[in-house]
Amino acid sequence: MKISYDARGLAEPDAQAPEVAKIEGEGSERRAVFDAAELSTRQINSELRRLIYAEEISEVTVLNPGAKHSIAVGILARCRIIIEGSLGYFGCGLIDGPEIRITGRVGWSAAENMMSGVVVIDKNAGSLAGAALRGGDLVVRGDVGARTGIDQKGGTIIVGGNAGMMTGFMLQRGRQIICGDVGGGLGDSMYDGAIYVGGKVASLGVDCVEAELTADDHEFLSRKLKIYGMERDASFRKFVCGQKLWNYDNLEPAERKLVL
Amino acid sequence: MCGIAGIIHRDGPGDIGSEMTRMLQSMKHRGPDSSGFALYGPADDELLVMRIKLADPNEVRDYGWADRLERHRNEIEARLAKLGAVIDAVRGDQEYSFRVRFRYTGELKPLADYVEDVPGCEVLSLGHSLEIVKDLSDAQSVADRYGLGGFTGTHAIGHVRMATESDVDISGAHPYWAYPFSDIAVVHNGQLTNYHMWRRRLERIGHRFQSECDSEIIAVYLAQKMDDGLSLETAMKQSLDELDGVFTYLVVTSDALGMAKDEMAAKPLVLYDSPELVALASEEVAIRAVIGHEIDTCDPYERQVLVWNR
Repeated sequence: MKISYDARGLAEPDAQAPEVAKIEGEGSERRAVFDAAELSTRQINSELRRLIYAEEISEVTVLNPGAKHSIAVGILARCRIIIEGSLGYFGCGLIDGPEIRITGRVGWSAAENMMSGVVVIDKNAGSLAGAALRGGDLVVRGDVGARTGIDQKGGTIIVGGNAGMMTGFMLQRGRQIICGDVGGGLGDSMYDGAIYVGGKVASLGVDCVEAELTADDHEFLSRKLKIYGMERDASFRKFVCGQKLWNYDNLEPAERKLVL
Repeated sequence: MCGIAGIIHRDGPGDIGSEMTRMLQSMKHRGPDSSGFALYGPADDELLVMRIKLADPNEVRDYGWADRLERHRNEIEARLAKLGAVIDAVRGDQEYSFRVRFRYTGELKPLADYVEDVPGCEVLSLGHSLEIVKDLSDAQSVADRYGLGGFTGTHAIGHVRMATESDVDISGAHPYWAYPFSDIAVVHNGQLTNYHMWRRRLERIGHRFQSECDSEIIAVYLAQKMDDGLSLETAMKQSLDELDGVFTYLVVTSDALGMAKDEMAAKPLVLYDSPELVALASEEVAIRAVIGHEIDTCDPYERQVLVWNR
């Protein structure tokens, strides 16, 4: 059996939307569903765009994604996408607005660079989940790999299970809620933001310190976990930046010019 | 980048030749330079299988190239006979490589050394059930060229290579056999930073290295530890501290498949574990290429060592 599928999606720059989706309902209630088993990455994404942008359908279901890479990336509209199965690398990256539910697992760099929206993954995620996240909620009900939310700049990452090493590496802003255990080097070189951990912490990274939970933190944890129907563990701990590495110039470049 | 894959059937043999081809071909984009297979067929205690490379396919072919390789192949057969090996079957898939099966009960190192003494020759694998096939180009082309479809066995590993540390040739292609220990092979994704130190150490004990590829030492390193009396799992756990750099590697012996990930978890690996079948690959698409139904998978964590027996 020859495999002609190219996981990068580069093999077919002229791919057209296959127009295979079944559309049901009327007006704003219209829903679409299509089977991705025999489609390439380009065709799946073109079909999604056609349905969401041209047809203006608010709910699309994708069947049999088969762990292909780069599915549902760059969707810039309010809509609901349900993916029945697993995704490969870079799933749901660069999105702004959609609510996406994935019933399976995702590979590395899920929802990287999300601007706003919600991505819910029912099973596990690979490393670098929510890399450079800017906004919105990324929820993983299972376990995640290493370096979750590396360089995160906003939004919230919620993990129902355990997280690997260097979780919150270089976190700049935003929050992470890890209900299970975390690996070594938690919050290494984080600049700002907060990481809440429900389970055991293997070790803290450079310049990451424990902080006291405030009433606002408790309200935030309860509210966020309730939205996604997750158990609230009473024993959450909070980790923030120790500010020992904050050796920045206190003046902005423009201000420094004035001083000189 | 490179892509690695492993599969082990725990409920009897399967068509690992076709399965590994599908797994590797679905990761073709991770490395188009060369593809390699380490396949474990049915074992026979008296028979050994040797896969030999006579020359590299991309070397300049002069007028007498084919004749010279033919002479070298005859020389190898004569040398095997001289050491008391009784040749059972010989098959040449390509003019620059061939497979020979023979009866032999003596030491493997003198035999392999004597064969490799023939100019340009490299022993790719030697064992009772291990067969390593590696060549330039993608997995499907290599499998077609060597007739791997229908190769029945219990477990296999494979590799698609994007060369970063050494040349694009068969010597630099994975999997690596743990010369001269029978039936052990390794595929590796990553770079070792203390390669030269370990190479010198192993060379002092008397091991030979054919390529400049850092991955070659992992196979010999593990096999040497097992020869010293350690279990596969213990040897792999020691490698986490003794090998520097980034690595995710898979190792196979006559009855086991193992995986190890470095302390930074820098290289990907996806695991599907079921009582009948275990499949691992750099990307989930490779596992999906051999399993039709919906499955649950996970990413092993940093410093994780896992071993499955067939």
